[in-house]
Amino acid sequence: MISIKNLHASIEGKSILNGINLDIKPGEVHAIMGPNGAGKSTLSSVLAGRADYTVTAGEVNFMGKDLLELSPEDRAREGMFLAFQYPVEIPGVSSTNFLKTAINEKRKYHGQEPMEATDFLKFMRSKMEEMEMDKSLTSRSLNEGFSGGEKKRNEVFQMAMLEPKFCIMDETDSGLDIDALRLVSAGVNKLRNSERSFLVITHYQRLLDYIVPDFVHVLYKGRIVKSGDASLAKELEVKGYDWIKQEVEAAV
Amino acid sequence: MSQPEVGIIDQVVTQEYKYGFTTDIEMETAPMGLSEDTVRFISAKKNEPEWMLAWRLKAYKNWLTMEEPNWQNFPYPKINYQEIIFYAAPKQKIQLDSLDQVDPELLKTFEKLGISLQEQKRLTGVAVDAVFDSVSIATTFKEQLKEKGVIFCSISEAMHEHPELVKKYIGSVVPPTDNYFAALNSAVFSDGSFVYIPKGVRCPMELSTYFRINAENTGQFERTLIIADDDSYVSYLEGCTAPMRDEHQLHAAVVELVAHNNAEIKYSTVQNWYPGDKDGKGGIYNFVTKRGICEGTNAKISWTQVETGSAITWKYPSCILKGDNSTGEFFSVAVTNNAQIADTGTKMIHIGKNTKSRIVSKGISAGKSHNSYRGLVKINKKAEGARNYTQCDSMLIGDKCGAHTFPYIEVNNNTATLEHEASTSKIGEDQIFYCAQRGIGLEEAISLIVNGFCKEVLNQLPMEFAVEAQKLLAVSLEGSVG
Ligand SMILES: Nc1ncnc2c1ncn2[C@@H]1O[C@H](COP(=O)(O)OP(=O)(O)O)[C@@H](O)[C@H]1O
Ligand SMILES: [Mg+2]
Repeated sequence: MISIKNLHASIEGKSILNGINLDIKPGEVHAIMGPNGAGKSTLSSVLAGRADYTVTAGEVNFMGKDLLELSPEDRAREGMFLAFQYPVEIPGVSSTNFLKTAINEKRKYHGQEPMEATDFLKFMRSKMEEMEMDKSLTSRSLNEGFSGGEKKRNEVFQMAMLEPKFCIMDETDSGLDIDALRLVSAGVNKLRNSERSFLVITHYQRLLDYIVPDFVHVLYKGRIVKSGDASLAKELEVKGYDWIKQEVEAAV
Repeated sequence: MSQPEVGIIDQVVTQEYKYGFTTDIEMETAPMGLSEDTVRFISAKKNEPEWMLAWRLKAYKNWLTMEEPNWQNFPYPKINYQEIIFYAAPKQKIQLDSLDQVDPELLKTFEKLGISLQEQKRLTGVAVDAVFDSVSIATTFKEQLKEKGVIFCSISEAMHEHPELVKKYIGSVVPPTDNYFAALNSAVFSDGSFVYIPKGVRCPMELSTYFRINAENTGQFERTLIIADDDSYVSYLEGCTAPMRDEHQLHAAVVELVAHNNAEIKYSTVQNWYPGDKDGKGGIYNFVTKRGICEGTNAKISWTQVETGSAITWKYPSCILKGDNSTGEFFSVAVTNNAQIADTGTKMIHIGKNTKSRIVSKGISAGKSHNSYRGLVKINKKAEGARNYTQCDSMLIGDKCGAHTFPYIEVNNNTATLEHEASTSKIGEDQIFYCAQRGIGLEEAISLIVNGFCKEVLNQLPMEFAVEAQKLLAVSLEGSVG
């Protein structure tokens, strides 16, 4: 699905990612954990193509394509989806209108005709049912006045609508209470299948109780310093990040 | 391999103005410049009654004594009125009775603009008066309207057919002495639309006038007069475009609306005059006086404007709320890009009791343009229980443009309730990136965000035109970020 080799990136001359190597196969769920400031959000932004960051070295292959050569919108149209840590508000634009535009832009890119309005509404209705979304959410302005939980659920709903191949979730659990966390996780689990891959970024282990990963990686100072299976997350839960930091410092 | 370090909202490039073509047609023009003779020439060309000429001459003499206003917060080069042609009309000798007699070049021009004057192809439910340079070319659906007693014709025609109405109402809302450009218009106005809706009639279709400036060095000075008698309703829309020319052209129109008891006039404008190139070369000076009076009780006047064109837009469609319980509304979207300037807003003058006004203004600035809202809410002494709600929102695209708000309030009755809300926002890189991450490219994202921002105003437009206006917004901002 995606293969990241020796990825380095900086912002304003400051190096944040210092050689990331990661290989994700179709259907796999990888979790990235790490202390604040480790570079988790930077990794997701660089993969999605945010212009603020400069890639200084490394390469990323996304389903046979050189990811770093693609514009952010083309990465999305190729099937990459980023569930934002802080989804932005777009006043006056309904989710319905936003998603219709997004889907039709993607279809255009793939040489398909735009979706008929009625087909689109039917499609959206079925996805709303599947994801147990409240009807009102789609007619309201995008993310405007949404609670933290609503915003995150809406990100997962967009994911369902756009049917991506590779999903990055940046701290989707942050700011959620336990009920909202359950709802969001249930949504994500519905979208898991043997083709679709996930990169789940989180600071806390608790999300991984609900979305059980195949692999867990620890990111620290812009490098993956430890990898393991789901049990690594449990270990971090008990021991915190300090022992990892010490291990890394000791090795230097 | 590496990403560009510069922000997305940075570059400013020019847009394409797709109405910039010219029509090659034989024209008859007045000699360049302005004098009493020019006024006489225009009046004679139109074969006007004596009283009309006298009215014009009085306005002209008055104009000579007036000073060009200078209170606006933008500069513009001094206009040389001796270098303007005040009258230009396609040559046609016969009086037009049907479209068959209209020069095919002219029909083609309007076709190209998306305004079909041919019966069979016309937008259903919209009657159109087409004004080309200084004269009205054709008015459609006249017969159908006549059945209901609705008068919809050019103002030149109205002077002959309905002199009592024209005499009574012309200058009654915007007197020739009102301001410099209104005085000028009163002296030299060439054509425009006239509408009269009789008592108790709901106008069965949208009425629309389409203005096209074509000739070089000409000014356009049209005059529109709409009267809605007791218990009547009319929705009227004006649209306009002009060719791309390197020199500035002056457009100084006057629009007067009169709403009697329980009458409602909805006046919508989609203004798309040539805005000039990206450095501010050429473009129309759109200096217009628009005012309506709610003469009777429960009358309502509603202005909706989408202003995307012109080098400079300088206008304040206003409402005089004279009748008790009357309502005035102003919904505005003003978009400026490149070197454009807009100074627009409204005046709501509350005179009657329990009068209400509502102002919703959305300004969008891109490039190095300047966009100002300027508005006055005045509550007169006897206006018991008057209410106003004002909302002014500005959106900035890029960081070289400016948005300004000048709300003036004058309250002389302490039972008045006034509310004012204002906001300024920027199309952020965050919003653009969010859209991009969902597969929505830059132009599409801007269009989506801007249309969302203007939604309340666009919702006021008649359906067919709302779609047009949305497209126009997208086109006007094309290339505003890159
Ligand atoms: N726009 C920025 N300008 C300068 N430094 C930044 C910027 N964004 C992030 N950083 C720095 O990059 C590092 C990694 O940040 P981030 O990727 O957000 O970490 P995480 O998501 O793991 O908490 C931090 O030291 C942070 O201060
Ligand atoms: Mg983060």
